[in-house]
Formats: sequence, C-alpha cells, structure tokens
Amino acid sequence: MSSKGNSRAVRGPQPVARDGRRGASEGAARWSDKLKSYFQHHRALFINTGRRLLAEPVQTLMTSLVVAIALGLPAALYVGVVNLQQLGGRVESTAQMTIFLKKGLNDAAVDQLQKQLREDADIRVVDYVSRERALEEFQQLSGFGNVLQLLDENPLPAVLLVQPEDHFRTDLAASEDLVARIAALPGVDDVRLDMKWMRRLQGMLEIGQRLVFSLGLALSLGVLLIIGNTIRLAIESRRDEIVVVKLVGGTDSYVRRPFLYTGIWYGLLGGILAWLLVLLALLWIGGPVAKLSALYQTEFQLIGLGAAGFVALVGCGVLLGLIGAWLAVARHLADIEPR
Amino acid sequence: MIHFDNVSKRYPSGHEALSGLSLHLEPGEMAFLTGHSGAGKSTLLKLIMLMERPTHGQLLINGKNLGRLHSSQIPYYRRRVGVVFQNHQLLFDRNVFDNVALPLQVSGYQPRDIGRRVRAALDKVGLLDKEKMNPIALSGGEQQRVGIARAVVHKPRILLADEPTGNLDPELSAEIMKLFRQFGELGVTVLVATHDVDLISRMGQRLLQLQQGRLVHDEVANHVL
Repeated sequence: MSSKGNSRAVRGPQPVARDGRRGASEGAARWSDKLKSYFQHHRALFINTGRRLLAEPVQTLMTSLVVAIALGLPAALYVGVVNLQQLGGRVESTAQMTIFLKKGLNDAAVDQLQKQLREDADIRVVDYVSRERALEEFQQLSGFGNVLQLLDENPLPAVLLVQPEDHFRTDLAASEDLVARIAALPGVDDVRLDMKWMRRLQGMLEIGQRLVFSLGLALSLGVLLIIGNTIRLAIESRRDEIVVVKLVGGTDSYVRRPFLYTGIWYGLLGGILAWLLVLLALLWIGGPVAKLSALYQTEFQLIGLGAAGFVALVGCGVLLGLIGAWLAVARHLADIEPR
Repeated sequence: MIHFDNVSKRYPSGHEALSGLSLHLEPGEMAFLTGHSGAGKSTLLKLIMLMERPTHGQLLINGKNLGRLHSSQIPYYRRRVGVVFQNHQLLFDRNVFDNVALPLQVSGYQPRDIGRRVRAALDKVGLLDKEKMNPIALSGGEQQRVGIARAVVHKPRILLADEPTGNLDPELSAEIMKLFRQFGELGVTVLVATHDVDLISRMGQRLLQLQQGRLVHDEVANHVL
C-alpha cells in the first residue's frame, strides 16, 4: 500500500479523547487494577521468559546443564556421605566389647563376673567363650587350625562378649566410660572396644561433610557467575528494548523483572537436571552396590536424595539463579539509559 | 505547561548545546521547534524527557521543577509525556499492537483496557488493520505512524516529536501535522522539532527558532505561501 493511500486513513484523535475523561488522561491506571495487573504481569512474565528460553533450546539446555553439573556434584558427594554414614550405623549396631579374662581364672570367678555383668543395666547380652570354644571357632573359621596344633598349649584366652545397650552405639564417650568400668572389675585382663575404625570412619565422614560444604560453596559461586554472564548477554541483546521501555516510563524494577525471571528459570531447570543426574548416577551404581552387599550378606539399600533433597536442590538452584541474575542486572542495567 | 527559565546545557565535552534559554508554552499550545542540526533542538527535547539534566537554570513542567525530581520518579513523570522519535524506536521482536501497547503495559493497565486503547490509537493513525504485523514489514511512513500511536496511546499531557515527518512525503507530513494539531486542540501541549520550514509556514503555529543553543525567533509563523 502506498503512503499516499494511507494518508486518507489518518483520522482525528476523537475516539481516544472521548474515554480520556475517565480520569485516566494522565496515564494512571486505577489502584486495584494495578495490583491485579501486577500479579498478572508476574505470571505472564514467568511464562514469557520461559517461552523465550524454549525458543533457544540448545543455548538454554547448555546453560542449564552447566548449572546442573555445578549443583549435582556437591549433591552427589552429599549422597555418598549419607550412605557411608548409614553404613557406619550398621556396623556400630553389631559392635560389641570383648572382655579378655585373666589366665587361670577359675570357673567360679568367671560365673561371678558373668553374673555381675548380666545384672548391669548398661549391658544387654553377655556371651562366654571359653578357651576351648575359642580354639574350636578359630580352627573352623580361620583355616589356620593346623598351625595351632604345633603349639604346646592353647594360646587363646577366655573371653566374654558383651553387647551394650542400644544407646551406646552412637555415644562414643559413654562407651569408653563403660569400658573403663568393666576393666576395673576383678578377673578382667583387658577390654577391647573396637571403635578405632569407627572413629576413623567418623573422621572421614566429617571431612566428607566439609568437602561437600566447601565444594558446594565454590560451585554455587560458579553457578552465580554462569547465570550472571548469561543474563549479561541477554541484557546486551535486548538493549534497544530496555531503552524504549525506559523512555515510555518503565521503572527500573519493570526493566529488571524479565531478567530476574530468566535467572530463576535457569536455576529451576538446572536444579531439576541436577536431581536427574544424581538419580541416574544412583541407578548406575545401584546394581554393583547390590551385588557387593550381597557378597557381604547384608541388605544395604542406597539412600537417594528423596523429596526433601529434590526440594532443596531445586530451591538452591532457583535462589542462585535469582541472585546471579540480580548481580548481573545491578551491574549492567544502569549502563543502559536512553541517550 | 512547559517553562524554561534561563536554561543552559553544557555537555562534559565542553560543547554548550543550550545557553540561557527561556520560553513558555501554555497547556494545549502547539509550537514548532526549528533550527539547523546542532542548534539544540534535540537537547531541548531531551531535557523535557529528562534524558538529560540542565547545567544551569530551571525547567518547570506543569508547575513542577524537574530539577527537584528524584531519579526514581522519572519513569512516572515520563508516563505523562509522549514522544515520537525520528528513528521510530520500534521493537521488531513484536507486532504493531504490542509496540503500541508498551506504554500501557509499563504503567500496569489491564489487558482488556490495553486492547481497547491500543486499537483506538491505531485507528486514529489509520493502522487498525496492521496490528498483527511486524513493524519491520511496514513502510517508513507506517512505522512513523505506529510511533505516533505509541506516543499518544496513554493520553499524555505533553507530546514531543523529533523530526516526525523526516521520512514522509509532503502530503502524509501534512496529515501527521494535522493530527498533532488536533491533539493540541484537545489540551495536549505539543512541541514538534522539525526543519521542514515549508510545512511549518503553512500551519500558522508558534515557531521557535534555535541557533547555536539560543532562541533567536519566537513568533507565530506568517501565512506566506
């Protein structure tokens, strides 16, 4: 259509002038309308920014994946620590104290000691292993039975196997008190509480937990930088739009909002993908773990992230996305002013 | 409505774009701003838009001193001003309707109201049938009219235009100017920067001529044809 033809269509401003008397002539909308449209605006923005990301699927997937890996690594390490803790708990439950009796202790003294231990409120089970039974078991289980036959006498001491009450499982200090108390009893040569390796495990788990924390912190910073940079590029590519929006009276927060939502989207997608990655990793090692635990004749079940883990992971992603976007927006949006 | 009181604007480069400019425009008044390029026309419009701040002097809009306006208030102030840009400043990532709707969207209007007002504005500039098109597919004149629709859709108190007829043929230019005059008759203060002297002289409106940042003529144009 030629511009000449169009000129005939140019009409006077009457239609708008007529409803201009509704108090809106200064460009102000009603307050309730504003509130309503504020929420509509947010919902629409959430959907629109999501659509914008979908329009560039490869770019979106790559950024989200980087975020997912950064979130997924500490999450996977966390799952590892949790499972080791679970393993530790199981071993502790079977932990018992071994009381070595003095050599040449007569049967009456042994009975007396057993009776005393059985009456102790802290002790659940007492099992007497005589020197003869110890030898028998050693021959059966160790396969070194023939070696013992070379010896003149049975080198194995008599022992009492003591199972303390449940609450001692997790309380190392109380267990040590109990050990000291038993060691002081007459006829007791030595008491072994094999918690050394437990302590080592706990030490390792503590290191593991701190590793999860510091790795999580470092990679969170990484997520902030990734999302911040992505948002910076998005701001750059929408410079014209920002200028026009500012010229027609868009506030800074109006200009900021779509970018914040973009950050939230990256965090959300990254969190969900991270959860999926951890889930896949668990499935991947689940088979071998089941085989291994069958070899140990235990029923070890891998603990996953669970619903709380999912919420935490996605929540972290969303929060980091929002903060990363906010940092980028605070840094770069002020540079864009209409000139 | 628009009151410049001894306003000067010196850019950091040292160039003085406006020096000691005083002028007054009544509500509903229409004036043309003319002068060679570099005379200070754009700077004057930018001062009214608060894209720049004066170095000296006061600028009062509707009795309010813009110098006292906090920068966080600028967006709300701009919602009462409509601007038609020389280079249109249209966004090519959305259709004509969404371009015109932008001032209403940023002010928080209801979608229902937005639809009604945008169509009224598009109807006024004769582009109602093009609302779904991308502005990139429109001619220069049509793009300029989309820009005008966007400048008036929120019914501003002040309408500024920077070379609005730069790309248009004389007939269409005259139509657009007539449109601006009609806004003036409705109480909108209209200030149009242009060097289309031929056109101005036929309009019989107030003429402000700038020369090297100074106001050298302020008169109602003669009807000499």
